[in-house]
Amino acid sequence: MYKEIIRSKWFGPSIVIFLILFILPLFIPRFYTYILALIYVTSLLAMSLNLVVGHGGMFQFHHGVFYGVGAYTVALMLKKTTLPMWTGFIAGPIVAAIIGLIIGWFCVRLTRLYFGMLQISLGSLIWVIVFRWYSFTGGDDGIPGIPMPPLLSSLKNSYYFILIILVICLILMYMILKSPFGSTLQAIRDNPQRCEAIGINVRRYQLIAIVIATFFAGVAGVLFVVLERSVFTDLLFWVLSLEIFIMCLFGGWFTFAGPILGAAIIVALRTFVGIFTEYWTLILGIMLILLIFFLPEGVMGYFEKIFKPRTREAAEGGNR
Amino acid sequence: MGLSRAMILFVVCAGLSFVLGVLRVPNIAHGSLYMIGAFATFTLTKLITGPVGFWIALIVAPLLVALISLIAERALFCHLYQREHLMLLLFTFAISLILGDLVKIVWGPEYRSVSPPALLKGSISIFGASLPRYNLFLIIIGPLVAIALWLFTNKTKIGKISRAAAVDREMVGVLGINVSWVFAVAFVIGCYLAGVGGALVAPTASIVLGMDHSLIIEAFLIVTIGGLGNMWGALVGSLIFGVTQSLGVLIWPQFTIVFPYVAVVIVLLLRPKGLLKSVW
Repeated sequence: MYKEIIRSKWFGPSIVIFLILFILPLFIPRFYTYILALIYVTSLLAMSLNLVVGHGGMFQFHHGVFYGVGAYTVALMLKKTTLPMWTGFIAGPIVAAIIGLIIGWFCVRLTRLYFGMLQISLGSLIWVIVFRWYSFTGGDDGIPGIPMPPLLSSLKNSYYFILIILVICLILMYMILKSPFGSTLQAIRDNPQRCEAIGINVRRYQLIAIVIATFFAGVAGVLFVVLERSVFTDLLFWVLSLEIFIMCLFGGWFTFAGPILGAAIIVALRTFVGIFTEYWTLILGIMLILLIFFLPEGVMGYFEKIFKPRTREAAEGGNR
Repeated sequence: MGLSRAMILFVVCAGLSFVLGVLRVPNIAHGSLYMIGAFATFTLTKLITGPVGFWIALIVAPLLVALISLIAERALFCHLYQREHLMLLLFTFAISLILGDLVKIVWGPEYRSVSPPALLKGSISIFGASLPRYNLFLIIIGPLVAIALWLFTNKTKIGKISRAAAVDREMVGVLGINVSWVFAVAFVIGCYLAGVGGALVAPTASIVLGMDHSLIIEAFLIVTIGGLGNMWGALVGSLIFGVTQSLGVLIWPQFTIVFPYVAVVIVLLLRPKGLLKSVW
């Protein structure tokens, strides 16, 4: 497993990119450090979605809920309890995964669009409860000013914390996708009937994939709290869930690193286009239409298609 | 109260369900079209003062919405029918993002309101309970739309073709019918109903940006619990949604908006594919 990671063609470039990102905060202004950290959080979220959508072929329409649940769990634990700070950080992903288990358990009995619709309705129930329960979750005001452990008090420290967690999660996800479990999941995506015929418990595999993905979404939620120190109900709203979908589409569904690229593009564009115009969603919509028409495989998928003839062996051993 | 809300939801959801049944695409832009319908009604009632203003708006605003949807369908959407569902879904999301911002450009972010026409102002009392006349009007309109849509799908040729296309689109194509054109008609009719819903809701609620997002999620849930693509399912779903909401007002006012969602979840856990038979 470790050998496979080291032998992959992406190993060298990834190390270089990681080192550059590691020393970057020393040179760039505070604002850009914040944007980079936001990109990391968002890309972890997009990666976790791609685990079920791109590699698992399930219509996970309401992934934002698990992100929000992770964020709200850690926020509430830091704000309302006197437990040690770090327990909240561990509890966030675990609660998200438990919610993912419950919602997923109902959803995997259905397929395709029904799966997505049931998930939207269950997710909306959580959203509406959080939205209305003023005494506990703060309702639509959200929870501002969450206290942080002293270690994460400065932006630079949060940046490093987020980057390291992201890298650990990415390695874990890569290992999961390369394991027999990951291969089975992709087989289920390509042909569920045949997988069932050869004795794979399709639903159980899909459920495990959902739980893993929601766990990582919870991690992303915790990192969001570390970065922003506040939570609000928009995290659980379905619009965000579809935005994550767009990120995966931008980067490319069937690639490993595509969602990172997509998240980076969207967050960076939103920030810099937002400076010039308030009509950011109009531009996003136009870009999305262009993408669907001309680049349905996403940016990363497009590059892989171009470079494939030259490095076929490496591509077959690496990402697909 | 619950019933009149249910009727507006039904008019919108019937359109969504119709599109979903024939094109098999959950049209996220439906909510935006509903919002445009409401804003257009506002502008038209401002332009045409006097008692007829609202009635003209009720006719013209949905037609405007239908025109917008026709343009979107013929220019962009019709090239994508061969693609995956997920792509179509994201495409409608893109349309909704664009329309949402266009509304912001044209009408601005302020709150708007429309007063009901003179004929429907005030309230009448039935069995000792006072009922606003406009709500009564809505309760009459809802079944009328249901009957009209039923007549359309069951008695006219286009309606029958669109129902056939919902069941088996390849077969309809083989019979020599231009499926792309059938889809365009179905899409425009569905969006027209969104516009009607928007025009109807204008006097009852304030018209704001963001009303599309809250509506479309409710509409999706209603269509899902009713059975995807089933018009009567949309009616049943709307009634469940509206009635539980008004019950919520009586029982626990703070959590009013939670009640319909709980009802939806209970229905879906018992019958994950919806109450009535889906056309899929």
